[in-house]
Amino acid sequence: MSAVVFARHAMTPAERLRDAGWVAFVGLILGIPLVGLTTVDVGGRLGVETRFGLLAAAIAAVFAGRLLLRWAIDQARERKQARDRASTATAADRAHGAQRVVNVLGWVALGASIALPIVFSDNRYVVDTATTVLIYVMLGWGLNVVVGLAGLLDLGYVAFYAVGAYSYALLSTQFGWSFWEALPVSGAMAATFGILLGYPILRLRGDYLAIVTLGFGEIIRIILVNWTEFSNGPNGISSIPRPSFFGLDFTRSAPEGSQTFSGFFGLEFSPMHRLIFLYYLILVLALLTHAFVSRLRKLPVGRAWEALREDEIACQAMGMNTTNIKLSAFAIGAMLGGFAGVFFAARQGFISPESFTFTESAIILAIVVLGGMGSQMGVVLAATLLVLIPEFGRNFAEYRMLLFGLAMVLIMVWRPGGLLAHREPTVRLNALGKTTTTGGTAR
Amino acid sequence: MTTPATLLSVRNLTMRFGGLTAIDDLSLEVPAGKITGIIGPNGAGKTTLFNCLTGFYKPTTGTLRLAHPRRGEMALEALPSHRVARDAQVVRTFQNIRLFPKMTVLENLIVAQHNVLQRASQFSIAGIFKLPGYRKAERQAIERAAMWLARLKLTHLADDAAGDLPYGIQRRIEIARALCVDPVLLCLDEPAAGLNPRESAELNELLLYLCGELGIAILLIEHDMSVVMNVSDHIGVISYGRKIAEGTPAQVKHDPQVIKAYLGEDEEEDEKVDAVTGGAAA
Repeated sequence: MSAVVFARHAMTPAERLRDAGWVAFVGLILGIPLVGLTTVDVGGRLGVETRFGLLAAAIAAVFAGRLLLRWAIDQARERKQARDRASTATAADRAHGAQRVVNVLGWVALGASIALPIVFSDNRYVVDTATTVLIYVMLGWGLNVVVGLAGLLDLGYVAFYAVGAYSYALLSTQFGWSFWEALPVSGAMAATFGILLGYPILRLRGDYLAIVTLGFGEIIRIILVNWTEFSNGPNGISSIPRPSFFGLDFTRSAPEGSQTFSGFFGLEFSPMHRLIFLYYLILVLALLTHAFVSRLRKLPVGRAWEALREDEIACQAMGMNTTNIKLSAFAIGAMLGGFAGVFFAARQGFISPESFTFTESAIILAIVVLGGMGSQMGVVLAATLLVLIPEFGRNFAEYRMLLFGLAMVLIMVWRPGGLLAHREPTVRLNALGKTTTTGGTAR
Repeated sequence: MTTPATLLSVRNLTMRFGGLTAIDDLSLEVPAGKITGIIGPNGAGKTTLFNCLTGFYKPTTGTLRLAHPRRGEMALEALPSHRVARDAQVVRTFQNIRLFPKMTVLENLIVAQHNVLQRASQFSIAGIFKLPGYRKAERQAIERAAMWLARLKLTHLADDAAGDLPYGIQRRIEIARALCVDPVLLCLDEPAAGLNPRESAELNELLLYLCGELGIAILLIEHDMSVVMNVSDHIGVISYGRKIAEGTPAQVKHDPQVIKAYLGEDEEEDEKVDAVTGGAAA
């Protein structure tokens, strides 16, 4: 059927009708069990009832919808072809234009994300969801180093997220470390685990690498479940201290000798203060991550990562030590994941191995792949989509994962290279007639 | 600086893959500042020789000694591939072009200068803060790349993705990229494959320039006789992993062993007959 979708020529009306008829037929076959039959409660017993009227309406809707979709696709293609014919712009010019759009998009997103908690200052749900989006954005940017830039398929990224979260949880609950003290140490811990994982798998590529990283992710989770004395097992670690605002706590009343945030600024206490503070905290962490990764990408180490993704043998022939390049990618990716983990633990106040399952790794990987490998802005778009789609889908109850899957399939059909597949060069020679290192902030 | 007469000496090199002997007790001298051609029928072991030389294979037995003009004698067989390129400055290209396809031509050439830049970026710290030392190094790397791009007539393509360019141009880019590593010995694996006659002629001119003006020794595997015979100072002929002849192009061309290896006793190998007779005419 997909072959029909991608037919290159414009269809005649008869072809359109036949095409829509086929789709309606498939809809009918699927619709009989899904819509046509329903179970009802017949005096305590289960009975089956038919709903052919509804089924007919659904099939009619599919038929009409297919006609409309087909027509819209053809229209869009015609317009695009007309545009291509009309424009004399070179590929480089178009790429430049695309980059400008992405840059503008980046600034708009930044402005929106700064304004969001101000606009929704009394809406707990929105601020909470936005914080979740930003955690995934940060994780996506971290994994983007390993998968998007260095091309090392890592299916166990959640392990580093867990290492960061547990490092902070244990350091704070056992040794009384504050958030800001624990942040760098936990990041370093995660980076160490990144190198530990990196060493044994240096020689592996592609599928084999994916399997070992998947196993590593599970090993970390299973250790956390079983090593009860260390991690409190499946019960998790609770009452993890929240980060403070330069020593000011976000509580109703402060303990002896310290002050609360609301008391210090003379505000009325509101639990929203903490949520908004957490939101801005993760926003700052994410922006720092972005600045760090974008800068690294334009440095020798970043170019080496991309070269490694493109051709490892050629890298060796150019005298590059691929061992160091891989380990640096693993370490930096892991460190960023660790930072996100610290924030996660501090925000939740409670962590357990349940939060670090393979599903998390899969979602983070999906964010990187859907966003467009190596694209920083793509990660933002994909993270927003992947967090918001299930949220919007809540009304659809059990169909929500179906909706999620459908959205992923559609994105992959329409944009096989990811939402933003365009790659901006790290350096240009012929830009405006002089040599410049491209200095765009948002990518 | 006095350049020793022999840059690389291959002694009794043998490379076995299980029961297959790809290179069998091969000895060869590569003079400094000259172009040495390596020819031989398909499957003779030429590329295997390159792989041994550049650290991609560990030879079963035998030695590869490089008389490096600044670092003294080096045993190439003991070095991993990235150190052969970085420390011994023996740089190769590949028979089936290996560029970084999604990166631009300029980026390809800058990646080739990774070690210099990485040192200047001091674990990326100087790089992140854009310290003057790193910026200077980066500017020099770009200038160096631009110089080679100009020399190989690639400047107008500098910002295009390398993988999108035509085959002949990709070959040139690969050579430009190898030159950015600053080689003392440049190993080219069939650089003329897939080039049209005009491009081959340009390649000849380039090779003579590199060798004559810059003193880079070149080891050249090539099937295109118009290239090998015209530019090589010295040719080694390999067949079934053994060296069967060695000498100037004129000597090699008339060596009965060589003619036999190429033409064989097998009448079906028309292709190779054409290759040799075509080359002899040129």
